[in-house]
Amino acid sequence: MALTLDIEGPAAPPRLNGELVFEEPWEGRSFAMVAALVEGGLFTWDEFRDHLIAAIARWESDPSGEYRYYERWQEALESIVAELEIVARPEVDEMAAAYAARPPGHDHHHHDHDHSH
Amino acid sequence: MADPTNTKDRLPPEVRAEALESLLTERGLVKSEVLDGFINRFVNDVGPMNGAKVVAKAWTDPDYRAQLLADGTGAIKELGFAGPQGEHIVVVENSDDVHNVVVCTLCSCYPWPVLGLPPEWYKDPAYRSRMVREPRTLLSEMGLDLDDDAEVRVWDSSAENRYLVLPQRPEGTEDLSEEDLAALVTRDAMVGVAKVSAG
Repeated sequence: MALTLDIEGPAAPPRLNGELVFEEPWEGRSFAMVAALVEGGLFTWDEFRDHLIAAIARWESDPSGEYRYYERWQEALESIVAELEIVARPEVDEMAAAYAARPPGHDHHHHDHDHSH
Repeated sequence: MADPTNTKDRLPPEVRAEALESLLTERGLVKSEVLDGFINRFVNDVGPMNGAKVVAKAWTDPDYRAQLLADGTGAIKELGFAGPQGEHIVVVENSDDVHNVVVCTLCSCYPWPVLGLPPEWYKDPAYRSRMVREPRTLLSEMGLDLDDDAEVRVWDSSAENRYLVLPQRPEGTEDLSEEDLAALVTRDAMVGVAKVSAG
């Protein structure tokens, strides 16, 4: 994703002292969904943190493939919305399977808005 | 069909995230433009430059420094930096004798309002376990060699406490303004995996 970073001024060096926060757009979407649901009062950061710790611990008890932090984050998000009966797991599975089955070249975002970031 | 504890059978996270966003949008719980706003805010507006300003002020204002060490959250809020994951910030000060370094052994707790979101290595299982077990070795691998007689204190972040390291002001910066000092302070120095150099 194209990001506009302020590269001038005294604030710039520390900001550039690291990599981009999100490696892939979906990581930012997953992050922002949690932020939005917390702001909406559906759960707290601490409640989400418990699910994140559990998701990380599950991976660490049986590591498979490369560790990807935001995969654990997404897993924790699915886990907390299922527990709170906001969105049931089978619904996510079903829709994700449908998206995964789309023919190559299909626009990944089915919404009609433009992810301009 | 999917066992939630079996990560091997899962569909790729990008389609899962997309599916969940659609389902939450249908329920009126998220809006695409609100998500864009959060991403923009955390990627562009909140970052270690906030913490750098806190450090530079503490270096130039002894009263502020004392206040910061006594009540990190309050002193940081005074500069206008607050928000999620910033409720319980504890500031720990480096000296010639003590070097502080921060880790979150269980997940990724980090003081967002002053440092932004954590870098990849901070969330990495190796960093999280090794910083507790062998901090000197790991710090050395990350490019920071400490004096043998310096005490290393490792702080494990949690929901209760998030830590910010107040690094040592480098020598030769006596004439610099607070703004110029802030430009020297790096994220890594405020996590404790580097020192601040005079530039």
